[in-house]
Amino acid sequence: MSAVHPPLSNLPIAFEDVSVVVGAVTILDRITLCLAPGTPTVLIGPNGSGKTTLLRAAMGLLAPSRGRVAWGGQGIGAPKRRAIVFQRPTMLRRSAAGNIRYALGAARIARADRDARLAELLTLVGLEGLGGRPARRLSGGEQQRLALARALARDPTVLFLDEPTASLDPAATKAFEDVIHAVVARGIKIVMATHDLGAARRLAGEIVMLHRGRVIETGAAADFFDTPQTGEAVKFISGALLV
Amino acid sequence: MPDDLSALQLVLSGDPALLAIVRLSLIVSLSAVLCAAFIGIPVGALIALTRFPGREAIIVALNAMMGLPPVVVGLAIYLALSRSGPLGFWDLLFTPQAMIIAQTVLVAPIIAALTRQTVEDLWVEYRDELAAMDVGALGRVATLVWDARFSLVTALLAGFGRAAAEVGAVIMVGGNIDGFTRTMTTAIALETSKGNLALAVGLGIVLMAIVVAVNAFAWMARRAGERLAG
Repeated sequence: MSAVHPPLSNLPIAFEDVSVVVGAVTILDRITLCLAPGTPTVLIGPNGSGKTTLLRAAMGLLAPSRGRVAWGGQGIGAPKRRAIVFQRPTMLRRSAAGNIRYALGAARIARADRDARLAELLTLVGLEGLGGRPARRLSGGEQQRLALARALARDPTVLFLDEPTASLDPAATKAFEDVIHAVVARGIKIVMATHDLGAARRLAGEIVMLHRGRVIETGAAADFFDTPQTGEAVKFISGALLV
Repeated sequence: MPDDLSALQLVLSGDPALLAIVRLSLIVSLSAVLCAAFIGIPVGALIALTRFPGREAIIVALNAMMGLPPVVVGLAIYLALSRSGPLGFWDLLFTPQAMIIAQTVLVAPIIAALTRQTVEDLWVEYRDELAAMDVGALGRVATLVWDARFSLVTALLAGFGRAAAEVGAVIMVGGNIDGFTRTMTTAIALETSKGNLALAVGLGIVLMAIVVAVNAFAWMARRAGERLAG
């Protein structure tokens, strides 16, 4: 897809002693982490471990209570060429094509290029032929892929995915993951949060495990699943309840 | 009943006096709704999307203004437009324009309050997505108002209902002058007091038919729009 380029100017994303505190609750606790270019990074951990908050901070949607997030080695405002697919994306009250057109407009893509980009994106996510349908009438899996197309309309260098397949059936999950593989092949950095170990095994190049707002373990996915280094990781991988 | 038959005959015969009254009523009410929409929709959207000290008090005041007594509004506009009033130099008292001003004052808070609620509800849904797409403040307002357009039709209908049914304010600032500022509601009140029940009932039938027709049209337009846009 010619519209999506792989420059990595927004990477690495460095968390430097980052904490996020809301009221009396510490959601992220002194996180130091580097999200580097390359294979997909998957954040895993039980519900409430801080995965979504970490993604939002990395996206620039949330200011840390302490520490800083630096994009491409700079501590200034979040760069423009990043995008996110939320766990339950909100479809704008427009057609599927209208949603993508809106994102193209928001990303200030030249008007002359928008039709071609729209067609490319609909094809990439397998929604060609459904562009005219109201977005809110699409199935859950189709909406999730539309949200992905909308995110890719921003021509991101890094794409954050927050539990994107949590509410999808196996067929819809496979369709979504197929698109993710295509996106990865184009050099876009994926950072995905999930508590689904199967999805993590299928997609991850690197694992970051979170528990109670702290990074418990990081490493290459194969090493993490074969030889976990911490008790929490061993329990989580074995399917034991980690609370 | 003879009165009912006479009323129906008046309506069906296209009585010129009756048609003139209907025409003026529609012009005044629709103009007022249009003016109130230009004021109320941006104000409502602005209040929905901004946070400032005293915002809650303004929302309470706006909601309270939905129930503004028409005679009080009529009195205020009368005082403002009278020769000795601050806007007396406009020379608008007892004109259709004065009636439009009065109804705009009555309708704008309704549209603003309902817009505020509608846009705020949609903002809760859209906030994360628009923030992720780096949509600026003006873009957010435009997006939310556009995407809430079918819901905002209800606000406009509420405003039209208020304007079309209102009699107190227009009779005070319009004067109910035959052939010039006489509307359906003021004519109904006058003809009833004169005992001319045929014309009063005829106007009542037309007024009800118009309100039902406008609501039915808006409902159909909303359903069609929602089917197309989702």
